[in-house]
Amino acid sequence: MSFYETLRHFADSYGLVVIFGLYLLLCGWHFLPRSREGVERAKHSIFQEDDNA
Amino acid sequence: MESTLGRVGLWAIVLMLAIVGIAGAQDSGFAVHMGLIAGVAVLLIVATMTTFDPLAKAQSIFKMPPGPERYDDDVVRWGVIATMFWGLAGLLAGLFIALQLAFPILNLEPWFTFGRVRPLHTSAVIFAFGGNALIATSFYVVQRTCRTTLALPGTARFVFWGYQLFIVLAATGYLLGVTQSREYAEPEWYVDLWLTVVWLAYLAVFVATILKRREPHIYVANWFYLAFIITVAMLHVVNNLAMPVSLLGSRSYSAFAGVQDALTQWWYGHNAVGFFLTAGFLAMMYYFVPKQANRPVYSYRLSIIHFWSLIFLYIWAGPHHLHYTALPDWAQTLGMVFSIMLWMPSWGGMINGLMTLNGAWDKVRTDPIIRMMVMALAFYGMSTFEGPMLSIKAVNSLSHYTDWTIGHVHSGALGWNGMITFACVYFLVPKLWKKDRLYSLRMINWHFWLATLGIVFYAASMWVAGITQGLMWREYGSDGYLVNSFIDTVAALHPMYLMRAFGGLLYLSGAIIMTYNIWMTIAGYQRDEAPMADMEYDEEADRPLPANPQAQPAE
Repeated sequence: MSFYETLRHFADSYGLVVIFGLYLLLCGWHFLPRSREGVERAKHSIFQEDDNA
Repeated sequence: MESTLGRVGLWAIVLMLAIVGIAGAQDSGFAVHMGLIAGVAVLLIVATMTTFDPLAKAQSIFKMPPGPERYDDDVVRWGVIATMFWGLAGLLAGLFIALQLAFPILNLEPWFTFGRVRPLHTSAVIFAFGGNALIATSFYVVQRTCRTTLALPGTARFVFWGYQLFIVLAATGYLLGVTQSREYAEPEWYVDLWLTVVWLAYLAVFVATILKRREPHIYVANWFYLAFIITVAMLHVVNNLAMPVSLLGSRSYSAFAGVQDALTQWWYGHNAVGFFLTAGFLAMMYYFVPKQANRPVYSYRLSIIHFWSLIFLYIWAGPHHLHYTALPDWAQTLGMVFSIMLWMPSWGGMINGLMTLNGAWDKVRTDPIIRMMVMALAFYGMSTFEGPMLSIKAVNSLSHYTDWTIGHVHSGALGWNGMITFACVYFLVPKLWKKDRLYSLRMINWHFWLATLGIVFYAASMWVAGITQGLMWREYGSDGYLVNSFIDTVAALHPMYLMRAFGGLLYLSGAIIMTYNIWMTIAGYQRDEAPMADMEYDEEADRPLPANPQAQPAE
């Protein structure tokens, strides 16, 4: 198998799984019950102590 | 004193090198560019050595408020001025080339032919107008959301002025015929190197400001800005890998060849749309729409899904620009599939922006800035639906190389990028120049309707033109020969081209009204006008209905 083919097979097997897992992790992180408060705070953060802008 | 001498010495070296460049230039375009750089160096030497301060003079022309401020907004104000200036220049160039297509006599050789002015138009609106809007708003937003001033203030000023030099070099180069013929990446190797330096400085300022933040969370708008800055750096460097023919000449050859070259170009080209025109402007949307509506974004979690989905999907969509070419079939299909997958996160983001107004929809009627933002989001939704649809191979076989593509691009660029930028500038100017309000809200209303009508003329005429073109090109007669010659299609499209130019004229007129409005705001005037949201008060009608109505209808 050529180097190109090795890379290509890696990309559409393990590579794909890793990237998909990473995507789910990055999105899912903010849906954990313990991040509820942080998300709520971040959502309103642009309105706090803001008399100049 | 010593530092002054040191700076003069540095500019003198730049001047000397530029003169060497002029003397040894292999072509006239390179010589002109070196002349430009020499001129900048002379200006800097004079400004450093004497009391002549062009910047202070310009600041007084634009009535920039003096004195210390909570945030470092000087460079943001310059960005807003540059956005307005390049916006007008880019739209005017666009109107000119639209008229050239309708009236070929307007091709004024050698500098003002369609082939040279067209990249001037695209670069002026995307990189000069859009880029300055992005630099200005990103510096504004990152300071507010991180509750800190800009890190590296000197570098931030270098980023702004260095970027203007890049624009001037690129624009003059196009007219002189200096181009590497890569769409949206036309500037030649030395201009690309300069942009790389400026862009890395931009990244440094932005990241350093985020690092010194006093707010634990990094607001989602900054994620979009950061993704835009990092990805554009990567795209720019890889796509512009090239070998110059001479170190004193403007010509270079790409590091890639054949279909690899084409794929690299469209990997760049599509992600310039995805990260420059989408991610960066979404950052503006996620800060300025909630601020103007005075309500938090509808769903912060949806904005995070929106962000990561765009990051993970967009980078694969480029091959849809190369359907039915020498690109391997699987790569074309991959580009198409990822483009279709992009539809959902894009609409998630659009819904997130629109639903931010949930419970405050009356503001669409009373606040013309909100109205512009809503129209921008509507066009974001429309063009992110049209794009995936055009990427489907069967549709693309009809639409590709036709004016439908041009119509699609402009519904995104005029509708989404243009409208959201105008809205942000209207939001920013009174705050940056410390005014109570804009000169006129009713003029925003005029701007809104001229721009909207202009886009309708533009997009509708290009849909008709594109489909006409596509169908005429593929029409076979019973004898097995193509029915139409190319010139037949050109003749058939002439009325559409006139309508398109008219749409462009309307859009430009709106921008001219905006410029007047902004100028008068900066000058400190307020137009005496009826407020937007006045309702007539009828005291007679303002009472409860009688309990027993006297007259009943006879039924």
